[in-house]
Amino acid sequence: MLDPAGTVARGNGRAYGDAAIGLSTTIDMRRLDRLIAFDDATGLLVAEAGLTLAEIIDIFLPRGWFPAVTPGTKYVTLGGAIAADVHGKNHHGEGSFRRHVAWFDLLGPDGVERRCSPEEYAELFHWTMGGMGLTGTILRAAVRLRPVESAWIRQRTIPTFALAETMDAFEASADATYSVAWIDTLASGRSLGRSILMLGEHARVEELPAKTAGTPFARRRGLTLDVPLTPPFSLVGGPVVRAFNALYHARNCRRAGEALVPIDGYFYPLDAILRWNRIYGPRGFVQFQCVLPLASAPAGLTAMLSRIAASGTGSFLAVLKRMGTEEGPFSFPMEGYTLALDFPVGRRTEALTAELRAMTRDHGGRLYLAKDAQMTEAEMSALDPRGLGFARWRGEHGLAGPLRSHQSERLGL
Amino acid sequence: MPTLLVVGATSDIAEATARRFAAAGYALQLAGRDDAALAAIAADLELRHRVVVTVHRCDVVEAEDRAALLGGLPVLPDVVVCTVGLLGDQRENETDPAVAERVMRANYEGPALLLGSLAEAFAVRGTGVIVGISSVAGERGRASNYVYGSAKAGMTAFLSGLRNRFGKTGIHVVTVLPGFVDTRMTEGMALPPALTAQPDEVAQAIWRAVERRKNVVYVRPLWRWIMAIIRAIPEGLFKKLSI
Repeated sequence: MLDPAGTVARGNGRAYGDAAIGLSTTIDMRRLDRLIAFDDATGLLVAEAGLTLAEIIDIFLPRGWFPAVTPGTKYVTLGGAIAADVHGKNHHGEGSFRRHVAWFDLLGPDGVERRCSPEEYAELFHWTMGGMGLTGTILRAAVRLRPVESAWIRQRTIPTFALAETMDAFEASADATYSVAWIDTLASGRSLGRSILMLGEHARVEELPAKTAGTPFARRRGLTLDVPLTPPFSLVGGPVVRAFNALYHARNCRRAGEALVPIDGYFYPLDAILRWNRIYGPRGFVQFQCVLPLASAPAGLTAMLSRIAASGTGSFLAVLKRMGTEEGPFSFPMEGYTLALDFPVGRRTEALTAELRAMTRDHGGRLYLAKDAQMTEAEMSALDPRGLGFARWRGEHGLAGPLRSHQSERLGL
Repeated sequence: MPTLLVVGATSDIAEATARRFAAAGYALQLAGRDDAALAAIAADLELRHRVVVTVHRCDVVEAEDRAALLGGLPVLPDVVVCTVGLLGDQRENETDPAVAERVMRANYEGPALLLGSLAEAFAVRGTGVIVGISSVAGERGRASNYVYGSAKAGMTAFLSGLRNRFGKTGIHVVTVLPGFVDTRMTEGMALPPALTAQPDEVAQAIWRAVERRKNVVYVRPLWRWIMAIIRAIPEGLFKKLSI
């Protein structure tokens, strides 16, 4: 059934690189989107792997449940979330997606379906979460949802004016359920690392104003915009980003403090603009996301932000986040700080991202494979030696030949 | 709460249609041949939309199954959508009469007899909507699929007749002509994207047709014009074409 020349499953195509493009065959999983079971007492949902988090939220938020971990877009499938072991704004407290997976059924290239869990096929279970689809095809999964009382987030906005202050603010808010910072990548000098830290808590019913408390799960969805065509050049150049960043920081300084915000706006601001990627023009953009260990994060982030500010190629969507403990043999997160950036594609940014990868290596960090489109095999083995172990394990279990993506070829996985 | 009966409920179009009606609060009756598939679809619909779903094993070409289905429905549905269809392989249909018979019975005889019986029950009650999925292939016989097409032509004529019979009553009949649809039936075929609908689109077209009491629905409007042209070609010319 599987193409021996290299197959990989594809979810909703939200990885930024070539992770879900099979070397010769790609399996579209989106049609496998049935719900199988839900336990009202525990929040355990069993569903087929092509179901998206957006559908899960549409169905279960009105009943008081929300994904335990969600990435910055809800348009990912369950299978994709497991394969990339995605993390969210609560990684410091709740870990990555893997911590909330009870089991999944994995179809191997041998045609055998295995139910993997911490008890059965445990090794396969752990490699699969973060294994980028290279251990088999996830068919269905059991994941735990978390109970919530409303479709609102109690957001606390904390503007900061320098990197050390930003990191101190993260360290001081370890007990917040959600935390994430937008960081101004074009600020330099004394303002280097100035940010807007946004903490969030699921709002309880009694915290809602009287007029929304009656219908706590009614979702306030703002306007959905679309980018109907790709402009001939990138609309996101240095001066545009500089102006945007200055305005955004100033505006949020005025909004410091507490506010109730709709759940979609807090978690998925970009999902409100369909096909937003088109603003980068026909050449598109690349994502860079690294994580640096706690000890080297201040020096590493300073070096990276100085380099980006000097390049003048700012990133609109720059996100800084404190991560919690490392789990699993091949998952991205480690205790420290993760920085995620977008750059329009071009020769200048290629040199820039190569330097950022070298800085990541020098500071003992690693890159997020769901975002990566540029790393070379040599860079991978220097940055993340776990990849060699993964490749060896795949070879020993007959997975390396039949399960191959363009990314696995590029990185020697 | 209104009730929808879906016949051929394990097809992709049927599942999308069941979801669309369940989202609007319809209770569902799912009839099909594959018990396991019916159970999986029913579980999804119950969880997704919290509606009541019953499943009924039925092969519409079997008279006994049709009778058992009609006798076993908990209530007479308000709307029935019949998505039963079997494309077969044209060359096999030409060479093996048993295969051709199966295609003819599955696309015409079974569905028409079942919908005819339901129409009788609707007539007694005085209300009901009957939706039959026919095909643009039934608009004119062509070398590439005339066994399937001729059975669908029968289905289209049957639906047209039912509609005429009930034209002045509370019973409404819809003929749906989907054109190409991206489903298991057409898996592996190279279909032109502009003329190929997704199952969700067909479901939405069926929903609209029921809501607005439409008679004949082409899911992608371009098909109406394509078929008008194909029907208008003089037979002397048509017989020499390969389309």
